[in-house]
Amino acid sequence: MIFKLERRVDDSRWMAYLSPILAGTLTLITGSILFWALGKDPLQTLYTFFIAPVSDLYGWTELGVKAAPIMLCALGLAVCYRGKVWNIGAEGQLLFGALVGGGVALQFLESDSAFALPLVLVAGALAGMAWAAIPALLKTHFNTNEILTTIMLNYIALNLLLFSVHGPLKDPGGFNFPESALFTEAVTLPLLLEDSRMHIGILFALFALVAVWVLLSKTFVGFQIKVLGLDTRAAHFAGFKERRLVWLALLLSGALAGLAGVCEVTGPIGQLVPQVSPGYGYAAIIVAFLGRLHPVGILLSSMLMALIYIGGELVQIELNLPLALTGLFQGMLLFFLLACDVLIAYRIRLSPRFSALRKPSSAALVNGADANLSTHSQ
Amino acid sequence: MKQEKKSLAQRFAKAAGVALALFMSAQSVTAAEPVKVGFVYVGPTGDAGWTYSHDKARKYVEEQLGDKVKTTYVESVAEGADAERVIRQLAKSGNDLIFTTSFGYMNPTLKVAKQFPKVKFEHASGYKRAKNVGTYFDRIYEGRYLTGVIAGKMTKSNIVGYVGSFPIPEVVRGIDAFTQGLRSVNPKAVVKVVWVSSWYDPAKEREAAETLILQGADIINQHTDSPGPIQAAQAKGVYAFGYHSDMSLYGKDAHLTAATHNWGPVYLEKVKSVMDGSWTSTDFWGGLASGATALAPLNPAIPEDVVKLVEERKQAIIDGKLHPFQGPVKDQSGAVKVPAGEVMSDEDLLSLNWYVEGVEGELPK
Repeated sequence: MIFKLERRVDDSRWMAYLSPILAGTLTLITGSILFWALGKDPLQTLYTFFIAPVSDLYGWTELGVKAAPIMLCALGLAVCYRGKVWNIGAEGQLLFGALVGGGVALQFLESDSAFALPLVLVAGALAGMAWAAIPALLKTHFNTNEILTTIMLNYIALNLLLFSVHGPLKDPGGFNFPESALFTEAVTLPLLLEDSRMHIGILFALFALVAVWVLLSKTFVGFQIKVLGLDTRAAHFAGFKERRLVWLALLLSGALAGLAGVCEVTGPIGQLVPQVSPGYGYAAIIVAFLGRLHPVGILLSSMLMALIYIGGELVQIELNLPLALTGLFQGMLLFFLLACDVLIAYRIRLSPRFSALRKPSSAALVNGADANLSTHSQ
Repeated sequence: MKQEKKSLAQRFAKAAGVALALFMSAQSVTAAEPVKVGFVYVGPTGDAGWTYSHDKARKYVEEQLGDKVKTTYVESVAEGADAERVIRQLAKSGNDLIFTTSFGYMNPTLKVAKQFPKVKFEHASGYKRAKNVGTYFDRIYEGRYLTGVIAGKMTKSNIVGYVGSFPIPEVVRGIDAFTQGLRSVNPKAVVKVVWVSSWYDPAKEREAAETLILQGADIINQHTDSPGPIQAAQAKGVYAFGYHSDMSLYGKDAHLTAATHNWGPVYLEKVKSVMDGSWTSTDFWGGLASGATALAPLNPAIPEDVVKLVEERKQAIIDGKLHPFQGPVKDQSGAVKVPAGEVMSDEDLLSLNWYVEGVEGELPK
């Protein structure tokens, strides 16, 4: 290898800001080559991908609709991951929240009570919380690995949803098709902007953003979670109650994911369907890390994630690019973003052998050191 | 001087001529503006299956109408909140007609249609219509019946396996029609069903087919989207039927035939009616007679007398002399549901949720 990575003594401050720019540049360059090779105008394609989707107010509202559930899930996950609680179950918590919230919403088909919607939302959040309580209990009492339990609970939640829309919650007037009746106005989220789909769920997401920021940066509990994540033993020595922190992180993240789910079904979807989520809970894992587990970072990364989904659709519509290609491009962007972050903690060095060619004196030094090492090991 | 003036006038005339020509050509461009047609697909276009059958028809329309039509498609659109955005984007981009090709797009299609009253929408397999939203589907069960006839003649173990997706009327109708065909030529044969709870899951579908083969099935039918069951049958040396499109590519020996959708003529008709302004919202449900349902080429392993029988039955269905659900139709308990001399109504067909006699096991509710 010509290059090698060398651990920095301290994380590079300016690399923290520079690495997304570097990743963006790399994406633009490789993307341009890719589109050019396919006979498309690179500039026009990149414009359609990144600019055209948000060139009008309507575009921004759609971006918000798409980003809100991802953001809610990712914020909760960030709290978990800061404490090294590996919750992979946002998807299941979202689905269970949607299912229970939707089930409650269906009880209000003939009511226009003002309490209906808050009740539905609270039911959804509590359901997500309850779903996260299962791995919390298993982890704190039986030391079960939460990665496994949360993943498995995703499938259980999905199958419960499928069972419900195929069975008990099926629309009686719907020719046996697997979906519930449409929710009434009373249990549908109000829109923030007429003629758009932007519902008040976006406000919940922004509120959660502030709350999570306060929790992580301004409270002692947040500090405890971070210490737990950085050094479990130090947290124990300090007398922090690990169990309580695990419970807190999982319940909070479950509630946020559940809220995301119930906002989807009472917002843009408007009924219970088999496909409530196109994998928001999984996308949120990427988004959480892309945002470096920081609320502001998550705001930006969830918007970016939403943008590349919408942009991917638009290049299909406007430029007839196949889906596989937009998927490839999206993957490339995420890869560059995460890969460039390695430069924050590491620096690139010319490997000794090659620097040896340039600087004989240092090479001798290195070789000498090698020789020393080998004699020691003998 | 004079010369110069003349040339100026000439130039002027020339410029005017060019301008006129440009104007004329611009006019003719507007006159021949192609009709724009959008398609929303639930899966990847691929080489076989449901979405493939729609994309094949899209290409057929392009072939037939040339530059009079411009088509756009978006593939693998999830049926949740994303669908509405994609459909609206297609409407915003100036499409005159939009085909939304999966059941889950029903409510999103209606929502968008309300906001774009001038755009026409056609939704596959749904039951809700509006002034600018029509629905269409094909009587694929007629094709299923014919595959049943073939299965009845080809099975030796008298057990036929069926890989099902979800127990909704469309799928149950297929199982029942297939069984009706099967038992019409072989009253001893039975159908075993395994549900995979998915429209597209190659591994699960294949496993389900293998399970059925282990239980003695020597022919496999499917109401799922992947060629998994065909591949399983090919590997185990038994027969199978494809679905949605010709799947012989995945198991040359196993593939007896397939009940296929032939959307090409249906789409061509719809696009033409938008072009000449005669489009209205309708509920199209055509089968073998309209050409919307067809059988894939038959496997040469099928004996000649069976081929002849299938051709006769097919013609009888086209002529309206035979109906897959003509009485007496009995349910699993042997109770007569459709008395002799009658056929099942379209309404009952659309909400069918019971097995006919000859299907084993209980229908999940």
